Amino acid sequence: MRTLPFLVVSLIIAALVFAAALAVGNEYIFFAGYVVLQYIVLSTAWNILGGYCGYVNFGTGAFFALGAYSTVAIYNLLGKNDMPHVIPMPVLMLVGGIVSGIVGFGMGYLTLRLRGAFFSIATLALAVVLETLIVNWDYVGGSRGAYILRPETVPLIGSYVRYLFLIMLLLAVGSLVIARLIERSRLGYGMTTIRDDELAAEASGVPTLRVKLIATTISGTLMGMAGAPFPYYIGYLQPDSTFALDYAINAIAMPLIGGTSTWIGPLIGAVLLDSLQQLITVTISSAVNLLIVGCLLVAFVILAPNGIVGLFHKYFQHKGDDFVGRRRTSLDEPEAASAAGSAPESPA
Amino acid sequence: MIFSFDLLINAIVSGILIGGFYAAMASGVSLSFGILDIVNIAHPAFIILGSYAAYTINHQFGLDPILTSIMMLPAFYILGAGIYQIYYVAFEKRGQESLRGLAFFFGLLFITEVTLVLYFGVDYRDVTASYIGPTWHFGDIDMPLRIAVPCVISLLLIAALQLLLGRTFIGRAIMAVAQDQLALRLMAVDPIRIKRIAFAISIATASLAGAFLIIIQPVEPSVGRDYIGRIFAICVLGGMGSLPGTVIAAMLIGVVESLTSTFYGPSWAPAVSFGFLLLTLAVRPAGLLGR
Repeated sequence: MRTLPFLVVSLIIAALVFAAALAVGNEYIFFAGYVVLQYIVLSTAWNILGGYCGYVNFGTGAFFALGAYSTVAIYNLLGKNDMPHVIPMPVLMLVGGIVSGIVGFGMGYLTLRLRGAFFSIATLALAVVLETLIVNWDYVGGSRGAYILRPETVPLIGSYVRYLFLIMLLLAVGSLVIARLIERSRLGYGMTTIRDDELAAEASGVPTLRVKLIATTISGTLMGMAGAPFPYYIGYLQPDSTFALDYAINAIAMPLIGGTSTWIGPLIGAVLLDSLQQLITVTISSAVNLLIVGCLLVAFVILAPNGIVGLFHKYFQHKGDDFVGRRRTSLDEPEAASAAGSAPESPA
Repeated sequence: MIFSFDLLINAIVSGILIGGFYAAMASGVSLSFGILDIVNIAHPAFIILGSYAAYTINHQFGLDPILTSIMMLPAFYILGAGIYQIYYVAFEKRGQESLRGLAFFFGLLFITEVTLVLYFGVDYRDVTASYIGPTWHFGDIDMPLRIAVPCVISLLLIAALQLLLGRTFIGRAIMAVAQDQLALRLMAVDPIRIKRIAFAISIATASLAGAFLIIIQPVEPSVGRDYIGRIFAICVLGGMGSLPGTVIAAMLIGVVESLTSTFYGPSWAPAVSFGFLLLTLAVRPAGLLGR
């Protein structure tokens, strides 16, 4: 499928999802659905750097929180003039995205010339540095946290939660389209070669540093955009929980469970894992749900390295179009094509 | 900012003492990450596991926490050997350690932490021992024994590790496996076995470090997260895999953190070590005593 038809189809699906949520007629669907959609964006964003390039980012929470706190900063700035809601949410998201994107670029520039593990550790460090800054910055609430009063309703749509759901739905569609576009472009092939063998990629003319910087910037931007509406959703923002590692483990587990090599993997992972989590949080407890995420993550990386998408390919070998809709050529070896660009076995 | 000489000296002394304890925490990572190139991001979780082991036995039988942790060394050693075996079969052999291996350890971190939460709850736990409480005074300098004792034993531990690595066959084999696995194989040594031993030793140090941690401060399961970045910062700053470097870096970070929290307030202290880490990575990734 080309990008334009894909966009149209995903928008139709999104409209159906929204219509279905409306048909259920329960506000809780929007509350729960918002979180699922948010994780679709976060895991897709993580996958652009982690899945395509092979660089593990532990700082999802930090980028997400940057988006959220830029919203809080703007809210406080305008709240002083008694007009906290003049700026529409999409603009806030854009601002959050730009802030996160710049930080992502800066951090990539500092650490991406080193081996992958250093980048991962630096992302952990970044999260703590940013959290310390926010804790000590009284303007956005410091360690006490910040309150956001959201408007009750939005014209045409109804309750504000519905509005947030709709916006997150559009962002989810947007991020999937971006991920899919990257996957099939020169840029995406460059990323894949970096993941498989960075030295070989550099040797065959892939501008590795530039490609990696583009990946961190896009990934950071999307995470920030996902974070921007969060203060309006949650109502009370607190650094400890906003910078939590829980975002990181979810954003890592979802693509790895779904499958990291295609755009559909993070989507499957996020929908399955987060629906499961919502269920467990309601029925058992929220501590158990992190345990299950951890266990599933470990089980999948050991037993099914290519995730659910990989399992699909293993058991339902399609002729012609493969699972992600790419046409096979006679040049593709069956295994290579079925793994859809996953990491090959390294020579012993 | 009130500047007084007393405060300065005391901050430096307590920084050095805390640094000794940080060194014990970081020595395990120096072995696994610095020498073996295994990014064991779950190390702090194993340290917390060590804390809870010390806590349980201390509460049940009243045994000294450090003695307990020495008795627990074999158990942690076996745990480490088991984890390495899984890691080797599932990731190293397939050449997937960079992405999936990291995710594996990240998953282990959460599994250990949440299991402890479910079993012990999120209350802070502490231990009892004769040296928790008293403080020695040297003129103006205070030396709380609850930090000084872990510091001394931690330095002993690192000296022992250094002797092990430098003087024994196994230790030299460990240093060799970091440099050239093939050469080791040609000399009829199984590199996988050597790596398993080394990784098991690195997890065993977590038992001691865990006991030190619970002596110094009350512990709850997610305390470990605060130490992930700090431990890796020390390891990188010290120069990957150099134990003397680790001690120097740990004390440096301890002193800087202690000065920051004395003169600017404790809420700024966490940023220091991570700022240091980012700076080191950007300016001199080889660390202080890097190879």
